[in-house]
Amino acid sequence: MVVFSCSWCCYQMADLSGATQLDYSPHVKINIVPCSGRVEIIDLMRAFESGADGVLMLGCLEDKCYHQNGSLTAKRRVSYIKGLLKDIGLGEKRLEMFTLSPSSGPKLEEIIENMIEQVKGLGSSPLKGKSKT
Amino acid sequence: MIITKQKPLEEIRKMLAGYGKILILGCGTCSTVCFAGGEREVAILASSLRMAEKIDGKEKTFFEHTVKRQCDWEFLDEIAEKIKEADVILSLSCGVGVQAIAERFPNSRVLPGINTCFLGLTAEPGIWSERCDACGNCLVHETGGICPIARCAKGLFNGPCGGSVEGKCEISPDVPCAWQLIIDHLAALGQLDKLEAIQSPKDWSTGHSGGPGKIVSPVQDESGEKKP
Repeated sequence: MVVFSCSWCCYQMADLSGATQLDYSPHVKINIVPCSGRVEIIDLMRAFESGADGVLMLGCLEDKCYHQNGSLTAKRRVSYIKGLLKDIGLGEKRLEMFTLSPSSGPKLEEIIENMIEQVKGLGSSPLKGKSKT
Repeated sequence: MIITKQKPLEEIRKMLAGYGKILILGCGTCSTVCFAGGEREVAILASSLRMAEKIDGKEKTFFEHTVKRQCDWEFLDEIAEKIKEADVILSLSCGVGVQAIAERFPNSRVLPGINTCFLGLTAEPGIWSERCDACGNCLVHETGGICPIARCAKGLFNGPCGGSVEGKCEISPDVPCAWQLIIDHLAALGQLDKLEAIQSPKDWSTGHSGGPGKIVSPVQDESGEKKP
């Protein structure tokens, strides 16, 4: 599963998880981004095209976004891509977004585990292992 | 600006059935501005189509390219070689661009990937609103700069109908009544007296009803030679 994590909130949570020795699944690849609103639609699409079973977008709380409205931009994009995933036949539940405060390390672990369970329920991506043309 | 909207993915896939090599061609002008067919949308659509086709077990090749404008011959010349590799061109331009390709490359197959909706402006980021009906004889100087043809659901020329309620049109509470806007604007300008003149029936032959439009520049004729 691929995670796009804002460097100003959720990535610090991931660091905090490590510092407090909280475990999260090894089936997760975290990509640090300067702002969740900086992640383009095509970035998320390419993650799925490359065979990701699920994608998780993590950003700042809407009213505490470091870049003011990055989380809101990201939420709109995620909502749009969910519609695309449904049309494509991958299923909209393979993508979720959460907004969090940098101090809630245990919650990050919970979100990741819940997302992994959600994606497990959907099965492996039908695009996994299929070459890009 | 010509406002366009991408067709549903399912409709596009139906059009593309039977074609294996597809050139998705974006337009760098109007359809880029309204997020329907610019370079980004070309990439997103290509990715969506690749995934959808693979899930269905079909292998198709999608080429991506965006030209500055599809409605000018000079910008289409750069795709002359690319289209030879493709079975079909999926144009993400307005209807003008699609037809320009069909005219410029008569042996190629071209499909419309987006719908041409109206002439309008960006009201807010991500929201476009109709402003002009291309009637060929502008009269907004009489109506405070607000077009009663494009913005009034009934296209009335002489005041609001009985369906205007609290400044909103009867077709939807989200649609402002064009005549309320006109009256408010003329009142603010101190020009309400303009509305005392009765507008006579309009000659529609200058617009769509008059057949395909054609304009010849007074300084450059059809052969391209400049007139004195």
